[in-house]
Amino acid sequence: MMGGYKPGWFARTLSWGTAAYLVLPILIVIPVSLTDQRFLSLPHHGLSLRHYATVFASPEWIGSILQSFWIALAATVLSVVAGTLFAVAAWRLDRRSTQILSALMLLPLIVPSIVYAIGLYRYFGWWDLLDRFLGVVIAHGVTGIPYVVITVSAALASFDPRLEQAARGMGASLPQVLRWVILPRIMPGVVSGAIFAFIHSWDELIIVLFIASRDVFTLPRRIWDGINENLDPAMAAVAVLLIGMTLILLLLDMLVRRRRDD
Amino acid sequence: MRRDAGWWALLLPAFLLLSVFYIVPIVQVLAISFMEPEPGFGNYERIATNLSVQRVLLTTARICIITTAIALFLGYALAYAITLASENARRWWLLCVLVPLWISVLVRAFAWVTLLRRQGLINQTLMETGVIAEPLALVWNEFGIIVGMVHYMVPYAVLPMLASMREIDPRLLAAARGMGASRIQVFTRIFFPLSAPGLVAAGVLVFIFSLGFYVTPAILGGGRTLMVAEWISLQILDLIRWGLGTMMATLLVVTILVTLAVFSRVVNLRRLFGGAR
Repeated sequence: MMGGYKPGWFARTLSWGTAAYLVLPILIVIPVSLTDQRFLSLPHHGLSLRHYATVFASPEWIGSILQSFWIALAATVLSVVAGTLFAVAAWRLDRRSTQILSALMLLPLIVPSIVYAIGLYRYFGWWDLLDRFLGVVIAHGVTGIPYVVITVSAALASFDPRLEQAARGMGASLPQVLRWVILPRIMPGVVSGAIFAFIHSWDELIIVLFIASRDVFTLPRRIWDGINENLDPAMAAVAVLLIGMTLILLLLDMLVRRRRDD
Repeated sequence: MRRDAGWWALLLPAFLLLSVFYIVPIVQVLAISFMEPEPGFGNYERIATNLSVQRVLLTTARICIITTAIALFLGYALAYAITLASENARRWWLLCVLVPLWISVLVRAFAWVTLLRRQGLINQTLMETGVIAEPLALVWNEFGIIVGMVHYMVPYAVLPMLASMREIDPRLLAAARGMGASRIQVFTRIFFPLSAPGLVAAGVLVFIFSLGFYVTPAILGGGRTLMVAEWISLQILDLIRWGLGTMMATLLVVTILVTLAVFSRVVNLRRLFGGAR
């Protein structure tokens, strides 16, 4: 609240326009997914769920959805464990060297995925990890670490370091301090990080384009092929399902954050 | 010091994962650009001699600059409205920024294709109402790429600007008005200068994200307008020219890191992502 100072008509028009530009084009896939036509269009005579039925009856779509889900879940575990331990230790040690390391951890957010993807394409060839579940999990897990480091570090910012010292002083071991003193306090940050790491893997396309081909065919990969080959309303149905999934995860995140703020 | 050994050990899993599975593959990309097809700077000489390389660099620079300018303009208006909004309205405005931010980039590109293509909803509506006789070329060209890219970048522009605008003391604005300044003066003399650091941070962020952007330009450009990322993928997957592809990748990374280093005082990535609330 800016002390009752309100934006003028120009700023108001522009901001409403921008908000509409951000939100409305995404919402258009909802009516399109409910079309009664066989091609990508708005419903003509009535609403129909046939395209959702097509998706759920298709072993390809279901297979890709399940595969993406398991990959995202495994990658999230990897990101959360590595990222949380790192963030806690960097916060506790807090010196020049750990600050540099923390900055290094943000690299995957800055370096374009295409650069990483071509590097991995050659590198995983040697490790025999191309087109393997494990390969994609590692790639997504590593690139998911920065999300966890950021959210956990933010949660640690409001944590009193003397609690940790007190616990250690009274004879708690390091694992005990982590488990009983630090972790309960930073749990909302960990969950937030997990949600973002999950979304990251679930939506990731570019790395998968390079390091997976046949056996691993994730949902984004199938959508990519669909957009490039045949634009049919089943794609719109998948898009709506994906939007719904993202909204649920974001809602979950908001609930977690609210609990932390209380 | 020995007491701290346990803490240092906790850094290890992330550090090892990042080193072995992130840093090494990327350093390898840099190395290949100097080693293949033959050792030396041959790939880099192409920047001066190869027309295809020059064209893709120019196209990328042009699209990124236009995208950044538009995204900053729209994002500024949005951040301004959010800053001045009441507590309750602010929550809804933020939702308009954060929800698109997290919705799959593929879904968004797909939505734009649905709207913009020749038989798309916009062309159909305009033709049925008789505004146009022939469908407009809204997609599979630079226009389509910019529409889709700006859409993707506006949230990234809003967040850093919002962070810096929220630090502006609201009493300054009211005081200036009370002392007779016009709305425009309040904005140009007080609000805008105070929000400038956020504007610069947002500009840097949007620009570096635009440079390496793959999905949206590839889908909305339809293979006709090539930007750097898609060009790299073409070199590696279709033409198997590793030297050229990795040279361009190296150039991309170096450009981004140099831009960040130059502006490192104003851009705080950690705060940006942590501040996405």
